[in-house]
Amino acid sequence: MLDSFMSYLGSTVTPGEANNQLWAMIYVLIIFAGVSVAVMAMNWLERKALAHFQVRLGPMRVGPHGLLQPIADAVKLLIKEDIIPAESDKFVFWIAPLIGLLASFTVYTVVPFGPSQAVSDMNIGILFMLGVSSLAVLGVVMAGWASNSHYPLIGALRSSAQMVSYEVAMGLAVVSAILMTSLHGAGLYGVAKLSDGTGTLSMIGIVQAQQEQQVWFLFKFFPLGLIAFVIFAIAMIAETNRAPFDLPEAESELTAGFHTEYSGLRWSLFMLAEYAAMIAVSSIAVTLWLGGWVRPFPHWLSGPTWDFIFALFPGLTFLGLGAIAFLGTVRMPKHAYFRVQTIGLAAFGAVLALIGVFLLAIVIGAKVSPHDILNRTTEGLSNVFWFVFKVAVFMYLYIWYRATWPRYRFDQLMRVGWKVMLPISLGVLIVTAIVGVLLG
Amino acid sequence: MTPVATPFFFYMLSGLAVAGGLLVVTRRNAVHSALSLIVTLLAVAGLYLMLYAPFVAGVQIIVYAGGIMVLFLFVIMLVSLERTIKERQFNRMWPVGLAASCALLALFLAVFEKGKKLFEDRPLPPLTENNNTQQIGLMLYGNYMFAFEIASLLLLVAILGAVIMAKKRI
Amino acid sequence: MVPITTIHYLVVAAALFVLGVIGVLTRRNVVIVLMSIELILNAVNLNLVAFSRMWGGLQGQVFSIFIVVDAAAEAAVGLGILIAFFRNKETINVDEIDLLKW
Repeated sequence: MLDSFMSYLGSTVTPGEANNQLWAMIYVLIIFAGVSVAVMAMNWLERKALAHFQVRLGPMRVGPHGLLQPIADAVKLLIKEDIIPAESDKFVFWIAPLIGLLASFTVYTVVPFGPSQAVSDMNIGILFMLGVSSLAVLGVVMAGWASNSHYPLIGALRSSAQMVSYEVAMGLAVVSAILMTSLHGAGLYGVAKLSDGTGTLSMIGIVQAQQEQQVWFLFKFFPLGLIAFVIFAIAMIAETNRAPFDLPEAESELTAGFHTEYSGLRWSLFMLAEYAAMIAVSSIAVTLWLGGWVRPFPHWLSGPTWDFIFALFPGLTFLGLGAIAFLGTVRMPKHAYFRVQTIGLAAFGAVLALIGVFLLAIVIGAKVSPHDILNRTTEGLSNVFWFVFKVAVFMYLYIWYRATWPRYRFDQLMRVGWKVMLPISLGVLIVTAIVGVLLG
Repeated sequence: MTPVATPFFFYMLSGLAVAGGLLVVTRRNAVHSALSLIVTLLAVAGLYLMLYAPFVAGVQIIVYAGGIMVLFLFVIMLVSLERTIKERQFNRMWPVGLAASCALLALFLAVFEKGKKLFEDRPLPPLTENNNTQQIGLMLYGNYMFAFEIASLLLLVAILGAVIMAKKRI
Repeated sequence: MVPITTIHYLVVAAALFVLGVIGVLTRRNVVIVLMSIELILNAVNLNLVAFSRMWGGLQGQVFSIFIVVDAAAEAAVGLGILIAFFRNKETINVDEIDLLKW
């Protein structure tokens, strides 16, 4: 087993390609832990950010600035009583959140964090992601049906109708991005014949096509890539039932929709599935249009010095977060009541700063004394950081949308899905194909 | 890419598929039948992956498990009456149906026995190329372009037909 | 263990086909009859893809894609007919759906 561990370390392909089950399991465990931590962080960020948007403070009591609030929420949900409605279909009631969770988490098999950092690079990667994320609809429908009550049933029917409608627009927007992977010209409009594009459905291949064509697909054939991206961004919000498309689960409308009758651990599974689905579709958007793990300006600002400057970003980000935590420590009230919180926040800031210093040490060490392992670590670190950073921007945008926009009524929602998004995405697809043939 | 543990995955996936099919035809509750059919469809998609047909597997998951089964679940929820669960499960002609199915099974077994010499029946070498989707795309838009267009017309007619039949008033 | 050959896949497809035929011929609930038809179509698809693997050409896979498209269209139209019928006669029992017009 040790040689199975060591033989992969110098590899340039994913564990799926290298047929290395041990490393595939390690990646799966890392992704599972990472997504769970990200969901908890997202929960905290959502409550704090929404509160600050609404000129209030949000959770401040549980940990310093509410940092331990997600843990308290998790403990509360775990120890709650598990209520099952009387006449419900017990097997279906039990399995519905599991299907949602399965659909949301299986998608991470093909999410690429780097040129060889994915669990498996299937050659139908994007098709697999679209298909498996469409299985989440089944979980919603079964949850509404098994609850044997009016509000969940209506909420489930509305939610699944919405998800199915916006899947069509999502798929067409994805196809127009896939079309761009088969172009032969580099640059914004593909006039400089630099690369030899072979169309591909694999996620790593899509990012490498963007690298070869030296442009993010967001800016390709401007404004076609941008319109496709905007359509996908709107459709992905509707897919995950988030504001402004959250009528099926809005509290004032349907008393929490399809997960009304779920309590405690089962509800937390739904919440976990929803946030994991949000991160998954955001990573699709980042991979297809925003260049995946590629750092900004890889061709305009190229060369070893610019590479070094951009490689400093992970460490500097963590140092910046540590500095913000220290600022919060300094601004804490000087009262005996807050002593524990102040010490906790200072410790948290110290941990973040230490991580930042460690990352900076790796990067500076790779620059000062280039070594194979250090170089590859820096590269891997940089890839993962830029990917996670772009997905984090999308997460913040999700929260911003929820704070800013009012909810769509259900008939307006369906009208937008079928009468606005579908024609525009079809039009973008056709025009992209025509322009690609003319210019490519 | 060399496949790993092929007999284990084959027996697991085909066991799941046949068990799911058995549950589909024997469950009293229509929702349970639909769930078993979803399991069967996903197991068959796995079998397609083992047969080096990733595009067909992707199409199966997206269209069948993600689209058609949602449609079935919607209709089951719309037409499901309380009394259907308490009634008899099998229709009036069930002995005849069972006899006919057994005859069909016997026919299949006879064909397999007779035709065993036609197959070389050796394990096939694993494929190494990665362009299944590209080749299917070339075939669909090359040789089978006419069938492709007819399929899209068929889907259009089906959409129109379903909408007209399910509307309240024409 | 015996290595997995094409015959294994054909046996699985035949089993699914026979199960689908049993479902079509013996069940009372129309929706379950339609689901058994989907089982039959899946068995045929599996057969086609297994043969496509054996003979190397991709025609089997292309044909199975067309069958999936056809199954989607048929499921939509069949369920539309069922809903229209249910609206008139309030039953989904094949024994009671036996008149063209009443």
